[in-house]
Amino acid sequence: MEHIVIIGNGIAGVTAARHIRKLSDKKISIISSEATHFFSRTALMYVYMGHMRWTDIEPYEPHFWEKNRLELLHGYVERVAPEKKALYFSDGRSITYDKLILATGSKTNTFGWKGLELPQVLGLVNKQDLEKLERVAPNKQVCPRAVIVGGGLIGVELAEMLRTRGIAVTFLVREDAFWTGVLPKGEAQMISRHIASHGVDLRHGTNMDAILPDEQGNVRAVLTTDGEEIPCSMVGITTGVKPNIEFLQGSGIATDRGILVDRTLETSVKGIFAIGDCAQQREPIGNRPPVEAVWYTGRMMGEALARTLCGTPTEYRPSHWFNSAKFFDIEYQTYGWVFSEARRKEYEVHFHWRHRDDDKCITVAYHRDTGKFLGINTFGIRMRHEVFERWLNEDRAAGYVIQHLREANFDPEFYRGYETEIVNAFNTQQKQTVL
Amino acid sequence: MSTLSRDMSIGGQPPQSLNIQQKLATLLGIMGLVILLLATFNVQFPNKTLWLTLSLSAITAGTIWFGAASYLSKHPGIKNDGVFFKSVSHRGFWGWVLGIGLTIFYILLYFFPEYLGLTREGDNKGIIALFDPLSRFLSGNPASQWFVYGTLYTVAIFAFGFKFIWKYRHNRYEILRTISVMFFQTSFAFLIPEIMARLNGTLPYYDLKNIWPLNYYNFERYRINAFIDAGDIGIAMLIFGVLSIFVITPVLTYFYGKRWYCSWVCGCGGLAETAGDPFRHLSDKSVFAWKVERWVVHSVVVFVTLMTTAVIYSYLGHDTSKYWLTKNTFLLGVAGLLTLVFVWVMVFKRAQLQKDAQYGAIGYFVIIMGLIGFHFISGEGNVFLFKAEALRKTYAFLIGAVFSGVIGVGFYPILGNRVWCRFGCPMAAILGFQQRLFSRFRITTNGGQCISCGNCSTYCEMGIDVRAYAQKGQNIVRSSCVGCGICSAVCPRGVLKLENGPLQGRIDSQDILLGNDVDLMKVIQSPK
Ligand SMILES: Cc1cc2nc3c(=O)[nH]c(=O)nc-3n(C[C@H](O)[C@H](O)[C@H](O)COP(=O)(O)OP(=O)(O)OC[C@H]3O[C@@H](n4cnc5c(N)ncnc54)[C@H](O)[C@@H]3O)c2cc1C
Ligand code: SF4
Ligand code: SF4
Repeated sequence: MEHIVIIGNGIAGVTAARHIRKLSDKKISIISSEATHFFSRTALMYVYMGHMRWTDIEPYEPHFWEKNRLELLHGYVERVAPEKKALYFSDGRSITYDKLILATGSKTNTFGWKGLELPQVLGLVNKQDLEKLERVAPNKQVCPRAVIVGGGLIGVELAEMLRTRGIAVTFLVREDAFWTGVLPKGEAQMISRHIASHGVDLRHGTNMDAILPDEQGNVRAVLTTDGEEIPCSMVGITTGVKPNIEFLQGSGIATDRGILVDRTLETSVKGIFAIGDCAQQREPIGNRPPVEAVWYTGRMMGEALARTLCGTPTEYRPSHWFNSAKFFDIEYQTYGWVFSEARRKEYEVHFHWRHRDDDKCITVAYHRDTGKFLGINTFGIRMRHEVFERWLNEDRAAGYVIQHLREANFDPEFYRGYETEIVNAFNTQQKQTVL
Repeated sequence: MSTLSRDMSIGGQPPQSLNIQQKLATLLGIMGLVILLLATFNVQFPNKTLWLTLSLSAITAGTIWFGAASYLSKHPGIKNDGVFFKSVSHRGFWGWVLGIGLTIFYILLYFFPEYLGLTREGDNKGIIALFDPLSRFLSGNPASQWFVYGTLYTVAIFAFGFKFIWKYRHNRYEILRTISVMFFQTSFAFLIPEIMARLNGTLPYYDLKNIWPLNYYNFERYRINAFIDAGDIGIAMLIFGVLSIFVITPVLTYFYGKRWYCSWVCGCGGLAETAGDPFRHLSDKSVFAWKVERWVVHSVVVFVTLMTTAVIYSYLGHDTSKYWLTKNTFLLGVAGLLTLVFVWVMVFKRAQLQKDAQYGAIGYFVIIMGLIGFHFISGEGNVFLFKAEALRKTYAFLIGAVFSGVIGVGFYPILGNRVWCRFGCPMAAILGFQQRLFSRFRITTNGGQCISCGNCSTYCEMGIDVRAYAQKGQNIVRSSCVGCGICSAVCPRGVLKLENGPLQGRIDSQDILLGNDVDLMKVIQSPK
């Protein structure tokens, strides 16, 4: 029986395993050095916040694995030897495979600051980070103030987490508003205001220079590049993630930022595949970044690869881009592409509407010449994935999308609709541009 | 490596102390409760009206104030911080104290009302006496333990309703639904029956929104007689009672799902959603619990159907010349109706039912055997081998009292707030059956947006593993879903929407994930 070994029990690895099991009877082993059972990485924050227990963020009950004959191995793979089709664990064990799937995910990206090795410095990517956070910041007595470096999705989650325990948070963001690498200005500024309204000391345009220790070797303060010292007991590093690939050095598997794969997710070595956060497309797909560190792409890659391995070669072909997040109380969804000022295409124009309460807004991107709808960002209003998928496939015009926005609304029943207001704002803007 | 046990949250010692206003509010509420407690121990209050007013006002105001102090100073949004750290909401010391306290109250209420001050002859004593003035004011009669209970129940839904509304003040579905249960409880369950009793003394106490089999006693002989004796209005109420089972309920469930009842109207649901809200995450989500649920709740349906049939059967006559409805016509009628439903389901809905079909078939079989048994083995006054009365008493004891009261509410802080609705309520089971088979209601899953975080499953009071469906891109069509809307509210990615729509495509059973470009996903013929 063919033995498929998967390194990494995250969403990518587990989805691949589930689907291979659905389609075949192969022997499947899943290796992880992190947690014995699959858990939802996206839900780490809720455990610290007391919304859920650890068991609640595990999508499958413990009996699931045995029932589906998915063998779980706990340990860290130190070396991959493709010529022998063998894996070597850090504790001396080894295992052989017929096909190997690398689904090793990401780890915190840092910029070599001084003081990173101090015991109260942490990222927020894995279970061990969460355990460390619980040790260094259990409450505001032990940790009166924390500094978070890096204004992205994980940074804002960490800020929200710490605030639930009454810990003062200083949030250093290099740009002049939150996440401007991705969000257009109007949205970024609204989110900045919302973050600040939750009692976060948000410092735009501020960079960290070093982390300063006290005599005992604990974190004492953060030094900014402006020379300011911000006293704190903990530093959260949330300046992005990078693929987890060090252990592949010397294996002969080609890597760049991530593990290089073709469209069938095969690496440079035949019979070895890479999926999820650790994979890097040799040729980017559309506007998608070559390394896609998001939940659903890991799932889709796992699904596509399972088919390939079970006899139906299948390319990874994601449809239109979508994603979602939540910034404290404001939910965010995006369908298609809306670029920030920094990355905007020369043909891309935006229509932006913001509600007077400053907690809801949308941005519709469209083609300057043809008026074709390119994408939408929505904050505080839920939208239907299916409808936008269809409109993008149908190449609808932005005007059409805005006129029909109600069809796409996914807010709970009885919610107020903002469509009329949005349509009026759009019409006014159009008139102004014509004049 | 890891030091955490599987079911404990990691470490966890965040701030959980109450703020000053919350403390004062708690104190005020407790003062109100102390008055009730003193009355229970027969402390004589000089002016009962005054002290009762004080007590109920303190409880209501304390609870509402607590709600305001908890939420109004915060941003509107999800308020589940620290739920699993708090002693009261996570089966800690205070959770157990509360659970045991409530359980004792229910045991006294159902089985030892004399300790609450009920006396066979002469004036009430204790806490019941304290409620006499209010009862006399409303219906003209002295209070009973049920009046005390009804009043406290209404106060709880009303006061905790405010708290709930403020907790979810960003969510209009939750607000409207809560106003609705507050309204139905105060008017239909509490005021209207009392006032009707004042206007027409012969009418039996009838909470019009309480439908068979929830009010399993509705068709007992004494009630039927009372309805008939009360003249036109009594007959009208009786007809309404029958219509609500066979017409109103299925029609509304068809259009809106069982939520129209369980989350918008019902009193048990009302209490669970308001006072019980802090305990909703305690429901068991395991597959095992789901199995137990289906066996237990369907057994209760079988039990209540047989029991009610037996009760009615026992007081009907044999002689068609006296009354058209005789013992045998009645049995045949019940059997015929059940067969009709059963055949219809098996013919048209079999594919949708899968496992439930087995349960349905077993339940149907047991009932039919029971009916045959009634016919052949019953002697005078006896049905089957028991007296109908004994069957009724057993049901009232086991299901009506122990299950719905003692376990259903007393165990809120231990088993969650909908234990009764999930495992015990025959009404919920019948509505659920309708919801599963022919209803426009479903919870739509928003394409591929689910991140499998588990908030929806954790906060589903019915123990439905919502995530299991959402992460596969499937809609949720489950008989037990009461449509509380909380899964949709707590979802951080906007994945779930409760809605009514055409039956076609209601259950998406293919698990395609929106996002994979299925049409374009070409199969490459030759692997490299
Ligand atoms: C805090 C946080 C919030 C997030 N929120 C969102 C969100 O809201 N939406 C979204 O789309 N995405 C989100 N993401 C990103 C998303 O979680 C990832 O894209 C996804 O988990 C990647 O899955 P994966 O299976 O590729 O890898 P992972 O989940 O990272 O799994 C890889 C596993 O492999 C193990 N491993 C690695 N190397 C070895 C080795 N040599 N030996 C043994 N085991 C090894 C690792 O320990 C890990 O357990 C979030 C990420 C974080 C950290
Ligand atoms: S599935 Fe959702 S709406 Fe239904 S009972 Fe559970 S939480 Fe409520
Ligand atoms: S549906 Fe929402 S709450 Fe449920 S698991 Fe998915 S993202 Fe989380």
